[in-house]
Amino acid sequence: MSDIAPTTFRPATDEAPLFRVVLTLVVLTVLVLLLFAPLVAVFYEALREGLVTAVVSLAEPEALAAIRLTLTVAAIAVPLNAVFGVAAAWFITKYDFRGKAFLITLIDLPFSVSPVVVGLCVVLTFGANTWIGSIMVDAGYPVVFALPGIVLASMIVTFPFVARELIPVMIEQGRAEEEAALTLGASGWRIFRTVTLPNIRWALLYGVLLCNARAMGEFGAVAVVSGKIRGQTATMPITIEMLYNEYLSVAAFALAAVLALLAFLTLGLKTFLEIRHADALAASRRH
Amino acid sequence: MQIEIDEISKLFGTTAALNPVSLAIPSGALVALLGPSGSGKTTLLRILGGLEFPTSGRVVFDGQDATGLSVQDRRAGFVFQSYALFRHMTVFDNIAYGLNARPRASRPTKAEIARRVTKLLDLIQLPEIGARYPSQLSGGQRQRVALARALAIEPRMLLLDEPFGALDAKVRKELRQGLRDIHDSTGLTTVFVTHDQEEAMELADLVVVMSMGRIEQIGKPQDIRARPATPFVREFISA
Repeated sequence: MSDIAPTTFRPATDEAPLFRVVLTLVVLTVLVLLLFAPLVAVFYEALREGLVTAVVSLAEPEALAAIRLTLTVAAIAVPLNAVFGVAAAWFITKYDFRGKAFLITLIDLPFSVSPVVVGLCVVLTFGANTWIGSIMVDAGYPVVFALPGIVLASMIVTFPFVARELIPVMIEQGRAEEEAALTLGASGWRIFRTVTLPNIRWALLYGVLLCNARAMGEFGAVAVVSGKIRGQTATMPITIEMLYNEYLSVAAFALAAVLALLAFLTLGLKTFLEIRHADALAASRRH
Repeated sequence: MQIEIDEISKLFGTTAALNPVSLAIPSGALVALLGPSGSGKTTLLRILGGLEFPTSGRVVFDGQDATGLSVQDRRAGFVFQSYALFRHMTVFDNIAYGLNARPRASRPTKAEIARRVTKLLDLIQLPEIGARYPSQLSGGQRQRVALARALAIEPRMLLLDEPFGALDAKVRKELRQGLRDIHDSTGLTTVFVTHDQEEAMELADLVVVMSMGRIEQIGKPQDIRARPATPFVREFISA
C-alpha cells in the first residue's frame, strides 16, 4: 500500500492555492473599497470637529424631528408589511389558483420600479387634487406632504421583502404539517400559531429586518411624497441630503452615522437571535 | 366504526381522480387500498379523512352521512406518507398536540395529557424518546411517533398513507407486525394505502385493488390471489 501514497491529492472541489489567494484578495479589496471605507468615512466626517459638536448637531430640533419621523414611519410600515407579507405568502403557497405566477410578479413589482416612480404614483393617486385625496384633505387627514403619504410610499417600496423571504420557505415545507394539525382537530388560527408561524419564524425575522432597514433608509419615494418640509415631513435620509446641500457636513454626517448605527443595531439583533437560538435553528433545518 | 363509500367521484379540474366507486368497510377491519400511483387510492383515503371533498357521492360513518363533516369533526387518526411530524416540537409535544388542541371544556388536564402520552410511547415501544426532536429520530421511529400522535386523539378510525413507503426493507417487515398489533389491540377500523402487493396481502383482512380511479376488485387476500377478477389484477399481484 505504502508505495502508492502520493500526498498531492486534494479534494476535487478545491482550487489551486494561487487562485485561492487571488480570489480572497479580490473579495477583500471590493469589501474594503465599497463597504468599509465609505462607512469609516461617514463616521470620520461626523466626528471631525469632535464628539460634542456632532452630538450638539443631533440635538437640533430639525434632526430630532427627522429621527422621530423615521422611527415612526418604520414602526407603522414594518409591522403592517409583516402582516401583509405573511398573508400573501400564505395565500400563494397554501392554495392553488389561476394567475398565481402573475400575483408573484406583481408582488415583486416594487423591486423593479424606481422608488421615484412609486412616489409619483402615490401623489397621482392621493394628491389633494384627486378624488380620494380631496376627501382625505376635507376630513383633515391629507395624505401627500404628510405622514400617511410617507408611510404609504415606504410600505409600497418595502412590500416585497417579507413575502419574498417567506414564499420559498413555505413552498419547501409544503402543507403536510398543517394538514396533520387539521386531522388532529386544531382550528385554523391555532394551526397558524402553533405550526405555520414557528416553522417560518426565521425567514419572517430576516424579511422583517430587511424591510425595516429599507423602510428607514428609503429616499426616492419619500422625497416625492413628503414635500421635504423641515421638521415636519423630512425623514432622516431627506434631512441628511438637505444638510449636506447646505454644506453643514458635520450635521449631515452625524445624522448619517445615526442611520448607519440603526442598521448595525438591526444586524446585531439578527446575529444575537441566531446565536441564541442556534439549536432550534439547526433542528428545523436538518429535518 | 363501519365505513360506507357510496358512489364517490372526484374531479381535479377536468381530470377524474376517482370514477364513481363504492365500498363497504366493516367495523374493526384492516383494509388495504392497493394500486399503482395515479390509481386514486390516496385521493380516496384523503376523502375519508376529510382532507378532500368528493365531487359527488356520499361517505357514511356508522349509518350517518359524514360527507360534509369537517376534518376536525371526523376524528380520523391520519398518518401521512412522510409522517409530517411537527419539526419544531419534541416527540412529547407532537403526540400531545391533538389533546392540547381540544376546546377548553373537553381538554384533559396537563397531568392527564402527560399520562396518556407516556402510555402511547409505551404502546409504540419507544418510552425514552419524549424529549427528542423529529430530526433526531430514525425513519422507523418517526413512523411510530406519527402513529402515536394519530392515536392520541382517540380516533374513530385510523387512516395511513403509504405508512411503510419511506422505510428500508428490514424495518418495514418489523413495523408491519407493529401496525397489526396496534390494530388488534385497539380494534380500530384501519385503512392504509400501499403500492406494494406483498404488504397488502400479508397485512390486510380486506384488499381493495384500484387502477385509474376505479376499484378493480375487493376481497380477502387469498381470494384475490386465487381468483383475480380482471387481467389488471392478475398482472399487478403477480408483479
